[in-house]
Formats: sequence, structure tokens, C-alpha cells
Amino acid sequence: MWALRDKYAIGGIGFTAFTRASGRTVRSLASEACIKAIADAGLTPADIDGIISFNFNDSAPAMGVATEIGVPQANYAVDFQSGGNAANLITLAATAAIEAGLAKNVLCFRAMNGRSGFRLGGGRDMSAYGVTQFTAPYGWITYPQAMAMWCRRHMIEFGTNAEQLGEIAVTFRDNAVLNERAMQRTPITFDDYINSRKIVDPFRMLDICLESDGACAVLITSADRARDMPHKPVYIMGGAYGGGPNQGDDLFDAIRWPDHSHNAFKYIASDLWGSAGIGPEDVDVAQIYDCFTYSVLMALEGLGFCKEGEGGPFVQGGRIARTGSLPLNTAGGLLSEAYIHGFNHVIEAVEQLRGVAGERQIKDAEICLTTAGAMTCSSAMILRN
Amino acid sequence: MSYDKPLPVPDPETKPFWDGTREGKLMVQYCASTGAHHFPPTTFCPNAGLERPEWVQASGRGKVFSWIVVRHPVPKDVYADAVPYAVGLIELEEGCRMTGNIVGIDVDAITADMPVKVVFHAVTDEITLPAFEPA
Repeated sequence: MWALRDKYAIGGIGFTAFTRASGRTVRSLASEACIKAIADAGLTPADIDGIISFNFNDSAPAMGVATEIGVPQANYAVDFQSGGNAANLITLAATAAIEAGLAKNVLCFRAMNGRSGFRLGGGRDMSAYGVTQFTAPYGWITYPQAMAMWCRRHMIEFGTNAEQLGEIAVTFRDNAVLNERAMQRTPITFDDYINSRKIVDPFRMLDICLESDGACAVLITSADRARDMPHKPVYIMGGAYGGGPNQGDDLFDAIRWPDHSHNAFKYIASDLWGSAGIGPEDVDVAQIYDCFTYSVLMALEGLGFCKEGEGGPFVQGGRIARTGSLPLNTAGGLLSEAYIHGFNHVIEAVEQLRGVAGERQIKDAEICLTTAGAMTCSSAMILRN
Repeated sequence: MSYDKPLPVPDPETKPFWDGTREGKLMVQYCASTGAHHFPPTTFCPNAGLERPEWVQASGRGKVFSWIVVRHPVPKDVYADAVPYAVGLIELEEGCRMTGNIVGIDVDAITADMPVKVVFHAVTDEITLPAFEPA
């Protein structure tokens, strides 16, 4: 169990515009976000000695970004070969690196031309190697197709339905309307949701996240150093990463996963809450990895906000709206703000806990949960101000 | 016309499976120590040290554990003529699961736990794909 409660903090944040066509290299997006995060923390590149990213599909190498922004000596420059499941792992890795004395101030970033460049699921490879031998030849190729299989099983077991998924989509869009960063700011109704194009049953277009170009970065440092920085520190209270048995070779290797009605969050919940010393009832606001509407249910159930199978009814009736008892994805989430592989959730968590989220600010927010991942491997953090 | 959809590239772990489908046999792995069948194939039995699993022929019967219906083709040019099509996660009688297209039934008529049995489609000289139809 991660055992560094409140010893480390996020001292700076930075992000680019989120667009459909950046017209720039991924490295330049990463560098912009990192330069802004350094400035936000009141530091200069000379203060940075660690830099971490994750790189499933495209990204920029951490060393290359360190070079472009002028880090004189990166003692801990690491790229995790991971997908969205790592968005809350790299920040925990930063705390571990600092605790071990490998670095003092560590940048964590995610950058991608996810719309104009490498589109996840746009796969053109007609040769199926490894575990994809048993998926791709049947036309089971994209992430929406992968997650639809899990969602269907949840529907079979628990009666989860489109009304429940639609409330998630509509609620998050409602939040995005108030977020100047968001790519989708046009309000939608449930009718818009239910009438959106069927992509892969049981998913419609509005069940599926955006594709985005952009980058986000945060600066992780010790709590002591963070208190000398310009902004109110956002402390890392707790965190966990991992999954259960039969995680497979990659995100598509879920054939052996025992029960598709729950995902990895079920297995990391006790470490997450134990590391922070709190429980779900203490969370004021949460940023849940919403690559699909359905993945929100998996996180809520797995982390114990409700019982397994009750995620659908739980999200109905306004509970997850800004005015509800558990406001979720206050910036619009991956569904309506942008898909920076979950790292934009960390940015929004920091803004909420700094109290600078403007019209979408959750009053008196003190504890924010962030999650990342949706299948056999996940990560999460609990942040506080 | 050449086959234009993704084709498996057999490797040392998977070759017995693809050799089997070509002969009309659905092969899965069996671990004598644990008595469990498993799939996809591995070199070592799960939870049995260095013991090697043996390949055995499955009955080809199972039931639909979950399924999807693809309506939007990706890549578009490859699957435009194939949609809508169904992919099933099938629980075989032996206890392990396997994926394959569900065929021989309207995609909107598929139901959970529906009994299915394997059928084989030779798509090239080398590769025969399993699929599942209502049993």
C-alpha cells in the first residue's frame, strides 16, 4: 500500500488548448504544458530533475521534452508503456522517486495528437499478433468494441440500461458548458443521447469519449516545498494502482478476466481508501475516468460508492450533478471536455481544490478523487487541499 | 479476391489452435494438475509452475456470456459491407471462454446464455476462423 499520505503535493499545473487538429508535434504540446506547469509552481527548468509520462499510442519521450524545455539534468526521466490506466500511476511514481531520493521536483505529463495523429482504434494492421489473434480476426478491434462487451455483461447481470448511461452523458455535458477548455460545450438532452448514432451495441456515439489533440502536465514535489509555491498546495492523500487476477497481456486481453461485471477498481479499493485513511463518504467531488459512460459505473461500484450492480440507479436522479451529493467530472470529463488519456482529470481536480474552477466550482470542495483506467488495470488518487 | 480482414499470425503458442481449426477441431489447453481448461493459450499452465498444458479438443458447445453488435465499421473500408455483425464472448462447456463471430441468427435476436456451437470458415489456405451459431 502506498504509504506517503500528505507528504507530497501538486505544486503546479499546465495545459494546452484541446483541439481536433493541433498542427503541432506531440513533443511541442508536451513542452508547452510542462513549461506552464513549471511557471505555475514558481520554478524554472533548472529546478526540475525528474520527468515522467506514459505512452500507449503516441506521446513524446520524457527525455525529449526535458531537452526542449531546458532541464539541465533529468535524473529520473521515465516513459511508462501504459494506457489511460497509468494516469494516476505516474504521479504516484513521482512521489516514490522523490521519497527514494532520485529527484526533487518531478514533472508528470501526457501529450497526444489523439485526433489529428494516431487515432486509437483506427487500426490498419491486418496482421493479428499475440492475443489479438483471438480478437481482431472477428472484427473486435476498437476500444468502444472492447468496452461494449463489458457493458453488455453488466446489463445482463444487473439490468443496467440506456437511461442510466444517458444521464451520465447529459450531466457531464452540462458541466462542459461552463468550461472554457471543453471541446464540446453545446448542451444535450436525453433525447439527443438516445438518438445519437449506434456505434457498437450497447454504445451510442454519446457513450464514447472524444478524440483530442493536447497535453496536460503537473509538478509533483514535497509538501514542504509546495507550501513555498505561489498556489495553495494540493496534497496527495492516497493512491493505488493495479488490478486482479488474469489482467492479460494488454487492455484487449480480457478473455480470461473472471467476471466482466466488475473491473480492476474492485481490487484496488482497499489500498486506495486505506492509504488515505478515509472512505467514499468523505469525497466532496470526483473526476472519474469516463472513456465511456459505462466505465463510470465500474469505478463507482468498484470503489464502494454503491454496491456492485447498483451503479446504474446510483447515477440517476441528479446525484452526480454539480448540485448533487457526489458531483462527478466537473469539467465535462473525457466525454465532453477532452480525451488527454485521463490526465485532464488531474488538472480539474487541482482547480477544484484550489477553488479556482469559476462557475463550475464545487463549494467548499476539500477532497477530490481522481481515477484512471477502465478494464483490467486501474489507478486512482485522493487529493485534498 | 484476396481476403481483406485481419488475419491471425500463428506463433509457437497458438499454432496448435490454428492447425486445429483448419481440420475442423476446436482446440483448447488443459492443465492436468489443476484440471482446468484455459484459453487463450500459454506456454505454462497457470498456477502449476513449469508444467506444460496439453492441447485437447473441445466439444465446440457453449453459451453466450456477452456479445456486441458492431454497426459502425472500423476500419471503414474493411468492414463497410460486414456491418451489422456480432462478436460473442462464448463460455465453452469446458469452462474457459473464447471469442468469435455469432452467425446464423439475426444480430438483434441474440440473447444472454443462448446455447451455441462452433462452425468453421476457411478464409485462406492457412487460416480457418471459428464462429458460433445457435445450437
